[in-house]
Amino acid sequence: MSHDLAALFDPDGIIITGVSNHPGKFGFVTLHNILASGYRGRIFPVGREPGDALGQAVLGSIDDVPDGAADLIFICTPQAINEDLLRAAAAKGVTAAFFAAAGYREAGAAGAEAERRLVALAEELGVAVAGPNGQGVVSTPSRMCAQIVAPYAPPGRIAVASQSGNFVSSFLNLARHTGVGISRAVAAGNAAVLGIADYLEWFADDPATDVCLVYMESVDAGHKLFERLRAVSERKPIVLVKGGASDAGARAAASHTGALATDDSVFDGMCRQAGVLRARDVEEAFETAATLATQPLPQGNRVVVVTTVGGWGVAAVDAMTPTRLSAGPLPADLHAAIDELLPPRWSKNNPIDMAGGETRDTVPEILKLAASHPEVDSVLFLGLGIQSNTAAMMREGPFYPDHGLERIVDFHERQDTRYAQAAAEIASATGTPVLMATELANARPDNPGPAAARAAGVMCHASAGRAIRSLDLVTRYGRWRRARGR
Amino acid sequence: MSITLSEAESRRVVARHGVPVSPFVTGTTTDDVVAAVDADPDVGYPVVAKLCGRAIAHKTERGLVRLRIPDEAGLRVACDELLAAARPDDGDVEVLVSTMVSGNRELIAGLVDDPQFGLTIMLGVGGVLAEAIRDVVFRLVPIDEIDAAEMIDDLATQRLLGEFRGEPAVDRQALVEALVALANVGREEDGIRSVDLNPLILVDGVPIAVDALLETDPA
Repeated sequence: MSHDLAALFDPDGIIITGVSNHPGKFGFVTLHNILASGYRGRIFPVGREPGDALGQAVLGSIDDVPDGAADLIFICTPQAINEDLLRAAAAKGVTAAFFAAAGYREAGAAGAEAERRLVALAEELGVAVAGPNGQGVVSTPSRMCAQIVAPYAPPGRIAVASQSGNFVSSFLNLARHTGVGISRAVAAGNAAVLGIADYLEWFADDPATDVCLVYMESVDAGHKLFERLRAVSERKPIVLVKGGASDAGARAAASHTGALATDDSVFDGMCRQAGVLRARDVEEAFETAATLATQPLPQGNRVVVVTTVGGWGVAAVDAMTPTRLSAGPLPADLHAAIDELLPPRWSKNNPIDMAGGETRDTVPEILKLAASHPEVDSVLFLGLGIQSNTAAMMREGPFYPDHGLERIVDFHERQDTRYAQAAAEIASATGTPVLMATELANARPDNPGPAAARAAGVMCHASAGRAIRSLDLVTRYGRWRRARGR
Repeated sequence: MSITLSEAESRRVVARHGVPVSPFVTGTTTDDVVAAVDADPDVGYPVVAKLCGRAIAHKTERGLVRLRIPDEAGLRVACDELLAAARPDDGDVEVLVSTMVSGNRELIAGLVDDPQFGLTIMLGVGGVLAEAIRDVVFRLVPIDEIDAAEMIDDLATQRLLGEFRGEPAVDRQALVEALVALANVGREEDGIRSVDLNPLILVDGVPIAVDALLETDPA
């Protein structure tokens, strides 16, 4: 069954239940977050005591909501009354519900029974039900942060579906930090009706989404899940991080194949067959999704590394060893062209170590030469921000702005800004990914290098190794598609 | 409770779907076995002789495998000894004789019914050493040739698949076809719980199973 989730992600009006004046209560927090994110539609807070909350009139009953004015209901009231609320909302024209409310399957036998009734009621009313026991739903095209917790995130092309609400927050926090934004995010909660695959199928059709990002713990209907993931992967990349390593066991014990199978190895094979990019942890998952969202898809495994000094380039090549990426020899014509731009001490090899020989325009020129070359599939630029880091020490030292420091600080900072902008522009103009990595992205996010990457909406990785691990997964997705003629 | 077919029965099932197995014949008496070898042009000396039956799980441990038998005289001795070694609780037994194939590299391939994902197919490095090496990859059945080629690419020990100690690189297309055929065993036979092709020997780069074990639900 395919669900229309337009009312969940882009509602025209939201009923929020359980709203009071108490700033510690979920109803209040949700109302606050929806207002604070600048939600574009109408809001109908409903509470036990009619009155006012955050300047909004609190209605005493869903019956007071005008017919057809709301299509989403956000429920954070006690379980016992929620079936009546859902019926009342459906009668007003609501077609989607997010159940933040707990007290369902996670709460024992009575809760499980309540959840079974909720599933049946959703079916009867034709309402798409998310949750229960979920933290909320975020949708930047509608400027909606309908969550019982923080944060909101900048707009972007990544859609998140998670079996853990905490990891929705983690992904949104990483989006805020990197500036690579989110289209939609939803916590599946108990997934009584809507599961991860339902959200992914909707994201596959969603014009606001380019990349899907998933946190998954439990697997239901395994082979069907595989087929659904594969069908989505054929259209948009899925990056997935899996939690929970316990083994279901109970395989044919007499067989060697059974002895070699674990839940993890089978899940891993399922992901590879479905084209799903399985990341090792939440950071790698986000960074891979952010790379997909902000870079063209590499056409092959050949990587050129461009660095201002040697060690970073070595680390990048080391990180390629367990992957199928390769930093092969530079093509002769590329070698010759770079030789024209740099003094003789450059590495004359891949990584292209400029050895401090770069002048004003060298970095953008070399990035462009490498990215334009037909035998180069990806470019990694290391050393972004190093000039501005020197500038920061000058700016913060006792001599600034005298002794010519103001002028050189300005120059350094302009250069790093240019480098980040050039990397983004060259990637977009050539169709070759140009990744950037520097620990300054974390250590000094205000550095003009990473800051300019953020402003350009491009992922700046925090290390060469992390950039390579994301690039490996992204390259694998391209290979998976090409092998299948897509 | 599942049923484990004998090696001969298992070989016949997988071979029917195109899985490459070393040429073999069977018989229940020494004279029958020798006659079957003479009659089959694909089975030539040196040969391997094994006593097999549904109840015999560990042939090697019980000394029921005879390798490198050079001629008919040797085969007669081996058959007499193997048939004499059968125990009453082994049930129906037969002697399986196959051409002795050899190669320096062994793989393992198999099927197993997974509690979450249903029937899966595995390819691994190491044959009888596979459980120590644990370089294995899985896919869900069915697979196509693209999936099979990616299984080969996903093995960590790629150097073993290239040219190796005077032997050519693995014939990837032959291995792809063997994997697809194995997956088809799972798709087309009812009630498969597991299949082991162990080892799958690379003979001049071409994979050939020299043992097969198939476990199935009771009919």
